[in-house]
Amino acid sequence: MSDYDLPAAIATLRRVREDPNRLGRRGHGDAGPALGAGHGATGPASKRVIVGYGFWIFLLSDIVMFSCFFAAFAVQREATAGGPTISDIVDLRRVALETAALLLSSYSCGLSFAATNARNRLWTQVFLAITAALGLAFVLLEAQEFYDLVRNGVTPQRSGMLTAFFGLVGLHGVHVSIGGLWLATMMAQVQFKGFRTEIVHRLICFNLFWHALDIVWIGIFTIVYLIGAGS
Amino acid sequence: MLGKLSWSAIPIHEPIPLITSVVMIVVILGVLGLITFKGWWPYLWREWITSVDHKRIGVMYCLLGIVMLIRGFADAIMMRSHQALAINAAGYLPPEHYNQIFSAHGTIMIFFAAMPLVIGVMNFVTPLQLGVRDVAFPTLNSVSFWLTASGALLVNLSLFIGEFARTGWLPYPPLSEATYSPGVGVDYYLWAVQISGIGTLMTGVNFVTTVLKMRCPGMGYFSMPMFCWTTLAASLLIVAVFPILTATLAMLSLDRFFGWHYFSNDLGGNPMMFWNLIWAWGHPEVYILVLPAFGIFSEIFSTFSGKPLFGYRSMVAATLFICLVSLMVWLHHFFTMGSGPAVNTAFGISTSIIAVGTGVKIFNWIFTMYGGRVRFSVPMLWSLGFIFTFVIGGMTGVLLAVPPADFVLHNSMFLVAHFHNVIVGGVVFALFAGIHYWFPKAFGFRLHEGWGKAAFWCAFIGFWVTFAPLYVLGLEGMTRRLQHVEIEAWRPMLYLSVVGVVILIAGVVCQITQLVVSIVRRDALRDLTGDPWDGRSLEWATPSPAPFFNFATLPDVAGEEAYWGIKLQAIESQQLAPEPRYADIEMPVNSPVGFYTAFFATVVGFSLVWQIWWLAILGLAAAYAGFVVFAWRDIHEVHVPAEEVARVDRARRAAREALLQRLAHQGATP
Ligand code: HEM
Ligand SMILES: [Cu+2]
Repeated sequence: MSDYDLPAAIATLRRVREDPNRLGRRGHGDAGPALGAGHGATGPASKRVIVGYGFWIFLLSDIVMFSCFFAAFAVQREATAGGPTISDIVDLRRVALETAALLLSSYSCGLSFAATNARNRLWTQVFLAITAALGLAFVLLEAQEFYDLVRNGVTPQRSGMLTAFFGLVGLHGVHVSIGGLWLATMMAQVQFKGFRTEIVHRLICFNLFWHALDIVWIGIFTIVYLIGAGS
Repeated sequence: MLGKLSWSAIPIHEPIPLITSVVMIVVILGVLGLITFKGWWPYLWREWITSVDHKRIGVMYCLLGIVMLIRGFADAIMMRSHQALAINAAGYLPPEHYNQIFSAHGTIMIFFAAMPLVIGVMNFVTPLQLGVRDVAFPTLNSVSFWLTASGALLVNLSLFIGEFARTGWLPYPPLSEATYSPGVGVDYYLWAVQISGIGTLMTGVNFVTTVLKMRCPGMGYFSMPMFCWTTLAASLLIVAVFPILTATLAMLSLDRFFGWHYFSNDLGGNPMMFWNLIWAWGHPEVYILVLPAFGIFSEIFSTFSGKPLFGYRSMVAATLFICLVSLMVWLHHFFTMGSGPAVNTAFGISTSIIAVGTGVKIFNWIFTMYGGRVRFSVPMLWSLGFIFTFVIGGMTGVLLAVPPADFVLHNSMFLVAHFHNVIVGGVVFALFAGIHYWFPKAFGFRLHEGWGKAAFWCAFIGFWVTFAPLYVLGLEGMTRRLQHVEIEAWRPMLYLSVVGVVILIAGVVCQITQLVVSIVRRDALRDLTGDPWDGRSLEWATPSPAPFFNFATLPDVAGEEAYWGIKLQAIESQQLAPEPRYADIEMPVNSPVGFYTAFFATVVGFSLVWQIWWLAILGLAAAYAGFVVFAWRDIHEVHVPAEEVARVDRARRAAREALLQRLAHQGATP
């Protein structure tokens, strides 16, 4: 029930044939659950499904954690204690750059996985490297933003609003940085160990993680920066 | 260099913590010395510490929980006796020490006694009942356990290096902010709970995936045993709310370390936000504890009544209903904090509605017994005691859910009695019942019945004598957490409560005796068939103790009560199912990564408590290095040859054959 020794293309073919709509069930006619999808009474799912599924669940929990920091920001948005307001500290030009870097990194991350599916090591590495570079650019831009703010006395200690701002944006930045570390080890693994089953599984998880961070950033971009600049 | 750490952190001048620490250190050194002397380390390392077997991990969780249960009980004895001695007198615990004790008691009991026990049983039972060989992520499971142990270690470390929090089991700001709690107590709390909380979150992820994606062929959702459903519900709650705990504790840490303003009293901080966040975790948390307890009782009622669980589907519905509604009631913990009548009413109603789901379950259990051949074995006694106790606890909960009544009873001894009523009567009783029930599956022999019954009666009576007086005291106006009592009229009830504690101590003695007696007489108590209680779910299809691969071939089941069906068929046809074709099995390989992670988590936690920054960074770097090494390993699985599988399974089949013959001889169905 595992897709161990199968070459990539065959494994993909089998999945597509058994489960054309990727819903965990067979296509027309024979509408029972697909084997290895872990649905209904067909027995345990394949390792690939288990790993991906578990990681999705983890991501959900991570999003719950982010939502607490979003909630704190919503509660404390007006709690400026006589200090700067959110619209005073937003620099939309830099944020636009950050957003562009992160979205493009997600795109190249997706391309890297297309290369992984074709089991092409060179292009996987190239696109992962581009992802890493864009992620690094994002983190550096954010660090620059924080540095500028702190230099001008806009610190989290100044007010509840700033606490919530630094907390939320910083938490995302920490996630991206950790993602970057993970990405570096993934590239090393692909280089030295090749596309072994468990490494492909880890690449799936990494992809999910990276895209999820993008989604969270869209939330931050909208709720903190766009609405903040407009108010 | 060492941050805030200095020699003054050792409590040289306080006799009680000093003596306790010395005794604890001596005991620990004694145990370690014994292990070294006997040369048990290689065995322990190979078979337990690095084990990724869900059964071993489950047993270790339970062991941790039991040790911590005794530790927390010691705190409880001190609190009850101190209060009885502090009526218009000084008592024997100074205020700052008393406050640490009630904080440590609550923290230890919830996070390091109840949670490990519940998760331990979940670990041991769920994969067996699902008919699979392990959980979805076995190595992660070991990491979870060791992180929990690391948190427990930090709490106990605070006893002799520094101090523990004085802020209660939930550190409400602004009291817990650095301004008002400058010591390291709250930091110990924060990092201990944070580390173990991350372990619990991983457990949640693991078990949601296990239940939803790893069931043996033929086991659809509606043929899962009830315990698996409650595991699923509790794990879903863990995934939904433990991140809230992580976030909240992180915010409080940021406030304390760097002077941020999440919950501070000035510059736009918002303490009410802490209350909302912590209870948005805290109320579901009590259901994370009690839902698996309900699952344990469901298994026991049906097994010991010899009937299927009554209203199985309504039980599933009630479980999921409770799971959902428990997320919508958190505000009942601070009705008095000024949310206004409309909000209070809404939450009062949602809280009372939870009791409907619970009521459905109670009736189902009662109807399960109705018309059955009920065997009053020890697990059944705990279960009956539970019904009586829990119904009363639930009803006092509904009383508290009425906002006007809560304005009178909030934070009184009545509240203390309520939650002990549900947690002891619900969760702790369930765990004792469950341990007695599944003990043979883990160790191959049953626990002694007589001592078990004695333990039950002591615990049951002791519980009521301890906590019924607290209801009275609460109605008379006594608030919780009093270090000093000035009202003479409360004396009789406080004394009576101490009597109850004495009975509870007798119960603990019975439990320990039971364990010792059972070990000594293990040959007489041996479970040869693997099915000592005439069980109905798949764990009883394995031999006792279960082999590390659980099932030689994954069972292919049909209908509810998978094993019951198999068993009936064997009895009817007077023979076992034909011998399967045995094949090689791959099992996950042992890994020290859990132990390693927890070691560095402890180092990082300790250095963050004392703000030894360089050590914290070093610890994190080492943890990362460990991650890389783990990612690099080449061997993930051990190979179990088909002959070995066949050997184990043929022994199991022989025992079953013997049982069949005996039954045929007696001409009776089991
Ligand atoms: C029938 C369902 C229940 C209802 C209606 C209910 C209601 C309540 C209410 C209204 C309070 C707040 C009282 C106050 O602070 O003034 C409370 C506190 C509490 N309940 Fe329950 N409860 C129920 C079941 C449970 C269960 C099953 C558990 C645990 C397994 C539990 C554990 C607790 C704890 C630990 C507290 C107090 C925590 C603290 O303030 O330190 N309750 N309950
Ligand atoms: Cu509650």
